Amino acid sequence: MTATASPGNRAPEGTVKERSKGRAPGAFKGRGGGRVHATVRFAAGPVGFALRLRVLLTCVLLLALAFAALIASLAMGDYELPWSDVVTGLFNAGPEDAELVVHELRLPRALVAIMVGFALGLAGAVFQAVTRNPLAGPDIVGITAGAGAGAVVAILAGGVGTGVSATYGPVPLGALVGAVTTGLVVYFLAFRQGTITGYGFVLVGIAANGMLVAFTRWALARVDIDAATRATAWLTGSLENRDYTQVRWMALGLLLLVPPLVALVRPYRMLQFGDDIATGLGVPTRAARTALLLVGTCLAALATACAGPVVFVALAAPQIARGLAGTAEIPLFTAGFAGAVVVGGADLLARTAFPETVPVGIVTGLIGAPYLLWFLGRANKVGRGG
Amino acid sequence: MPYLTQMSVEVAAAPGRRRRVVVFGVLLAALVVAAFASLAIGTRTNPPSEVFAMLGGDREDAAGLIWDLRVPRTLVGLMVGVALGAAGAVAQQVTRNPLADPGLIGVASGAAFAVASAVALFDLTGPYSSVWFAFAGAAAAGAVAYGVGGRGRGGATPAKLALAGVAVSALLDAATGALVLSDPEALSRYRSWAVGSLTGRDTGQAWQFVPFVAAGLVLAFVMSPRFNALALGDDAATALGAQAGTTRALGALAVVLLTGTAVAAAGPVVFLGLAVPHIVGAFTGPDARLLIPASAIGGAVLLLSADVVGRVVARPTEVEVGVVTAFLGAPFLIALVKIGKLREHAR
Repeated sequence: MTATASPGNRAPEGTVKERSKGRAPGAFKGRGGGRVHATVRFAAGPVGFALRLRVLLTCVLLLALAFAALIASLAMGDYELPWSDVVTGLFNAGPEDAELVVHELRLPRALVAIMVGFALGLAGAVFQAVTRNPLAGPDIVGITAGAGAGAVVAILAGGVGTGVSATYGPVPLGALVGAVTTGLVVYFLAFRQGTITGYGFVLVGIAANGMLVAFTRWALARVDIDAATRATAWLTGSLENRDYTQVRWMALGLLLLVPPLVALVRPYRMLQFGDDIATGLGVPTRAARTALLLVGTCLAALATACAGPVVFVALAAPQIARGLAGTAEIPLFTAGFAGAVVVGGADLLARTAFPETVPVGIVTGLIGAPYLLWFLGRANKVGRGG
Repeated sequence: MPYLTQMSVEVAAAPGRRRRVVVFGVLLAALVVAAFASLAIGTRTNPPSEVFAMLGGDREDAAGLIWDLRVPRTLVGLMVGVALGAAGAVAQQVTRNPLADPGLIGVASGAAFAVASAVALFDLTGPYSSVWFAFAGAAAAGAVAYGVGGRGRGGATPAKLALAGVAVSALLDAATGALVLSDPEALSRYRSWAVGSLTGRDTGQAWQFVPFVAAGLVLAFVMSPRFNALALGDDAATALGAQAGTTRALGALAVVLLTGTAVAAAGPVVFLGLAVPHIVGAFTGPDARLLIPASAIGGAVLLLSADVVGRVVARPTEVEVGVVTAFLGAPFLIALVKIGKLREHAR
C-alpha cells in the first residue's frame, strides 16, 4: 500500500497535473490564500481511495459544532442547568428536575433540530447537484410549498386546537402528504419521452410552487385571524414542543433514506460535471438522476413535515459546505452536516437569544442570510465566489 | 453530417420576419381581447355595444361603472402585467439563470417587508399609503443584493447575483414573518395584500405608476441588444462592446423599477414574471429584442385574463388576481415542458 500526498486542487480535472509536480508534500499556497489543500491517496492493487484532508477536516469541524450546539441546547434556556447536571441528567444519574428538563424538554427538540438540518442539507445538495443550479432547492420546486398547503388545509380543517404550534396528528401528516404528493406529481409531469431532465423537473416544480403558494395565500386571506395566525406560525418553521414522536419519525426516515444516498454518491459526484462527462464515466445518468431526485424529495418532505418550512437551509448549507471544504463540487455529507449546524445553532438562538422564543425559521432567515451574504462577499473578494 | 442537420434545424427554428409578425400579431390581438373583456365583464356583464356606448359617454347611468371602476382597474392590470413580464425576461437575461424571477434580487421581499412595517410600525392603513413604502423597500433590497453580489472579482456574475438576491429575500421574508406574527393587525392587512389584487384602484393612482413603468420598459428595450451579447458570456460581451458589469447593473435597475412598481400596485404576483418569458420564449426564441417586448405583452394578457376569470369564477365574490394568475399560468408552463416546446434557451 502506498500513500502519497499531493498539493491539492479544487477542480478534479487538475488532478493529473498536480500529481506530476506534487511529489513533495507540504503546504501549498493556493488561490484560497495560503490554505493547505492536501489529497492523500491510498492504493492497493485495484482498490484505492483518496482522502481530501480539507473536506475531512471540514466534516470533523462541522460535526464538532453540531455536537456543541446539541450540548449547549441541553444546558441553556429559561431554566439554566449547570454543566455537571446536564451530563448526569443525560445518564439518568442527576437530580430529578435536571433529568426531566434534559430528557423530556430539551433533548428531543435538539435532536429533531439537528436531524431536520441534516435532512435539509442533504436534500439541498442533491437538488443543486442534479439540476446544476444553486437556486434549485426544495423551496423552489414546490415541495416545501406542498407541505405548507397540506398543513394549512389540516389547520383550517380544525386540525389544531388552541395551541400555536402544530406538532401532532393531522398537521404533520397533512404536510407529509402534501409534500410527497407534490414531489410525485411534479416528477411524473416532468417525465417526457421516458426521461427526465433536471431543467424540466425544476420548471414543472416552479409551476407547482406558484399554484401552491397562491392557494395557501388565498386560504389564509379568507379564514379568521386566529386560524391565520396559527397557520402563519407553522409556515415560518418552528420546533416548539417537539418530543420523541418526532425524534423517532426523523430517525426512521433518515435510516431509510441515507443508505440509498450513500450508494448514489458516485453518480451524485459525476452528475455535477454534466451528462456527457457522467455518461462517459459510466454513470447511467437517467436512472441516477431519477433515484437522486426521489431521495431528495423524500428527505425534504420528511424535514418539512417535522419542523415546518425552515427556509433557506437547503439553499445555504450546500454553499457553505462547498466554501468551507474548498471543493468545486458540492460535498454531499458535508452539506448535511452544515445543515445540522445551521438548524441546531439557529434553534439554540431561537430559544435563548430573544426576549421570547421565536420560530426557528425566522432565525435561519435573520442570521443565516446575513451570514451567506457575508460569506459571498468574502469569497468574492478573494476571487472564489460564484 | 449530424452537425449539418443540427445547423439546419437551428436555422429553421430561428424566427423569421413572418413568424415574428405572427407571434406579435397573436399577442396583440389577445391583449386587445383581454382588455376589452376586462372592461365588459364583471358583477354585471355588458355586451360589446353597451361598452362602446358607455365609453363614448352615451350612457350617463353606467358611465360611473366603467370610468371609475373598470377602466382604472384595467389600466393598472395592464401596467402590472407589462412590468412583470418584461422584468422577468430581463432578470433571466441578466442572471443568465432560467429560474430567475422578478422577485429574485430581493425586490418583492423588500416591498413586502416595507408594506408590513408600514402597517406594524407606522400604523399606516390606507390602501395606497403603502405604495411608496413598497417602492422604497424594493429599491433598497435590490441595491443591497446587487451591492453584495457585485463585489469582488468579475463583478456581479450570474451565480453571485442570484445567490445574494435569494439571501436578501430570505432575510427580509424572515423579518416580515417576525413582524406579522407579533402583530395580528399587521398580519390581517399583510395577508390580504400578499394575495395580489387589483380591486379598488382609481385612475389617479394608475397614472402615478406610468413614469416608472415607462422608464423601466425603455431601459429594458434599449439594453436588449446588449443582453444578447451578454448571453454569449462576459468576455464575448465585453469584446462586442457591451461591458458586462454595466449591462448587468442597468438590467438590474430596470428590474427594480418594473418590479417595484408592479408589487406596489398589485402585491407580489411574481410567478407571472417567472413563467411568461418561458411561455412566450417557446415561440419567439432567445433573442432579447423579441423576447422582452413579447414577454411584456404576454404578461399583460395573462394578468388581465386572470383578473377577468377571477371576477366570474366565484360569483358573487372575487378570486384575487394573484391566485388566478398562478392557476392559469402554471398548467401552461407544465404543458410546454410536456410537449418539449421549451429548450434551454434561457440559459
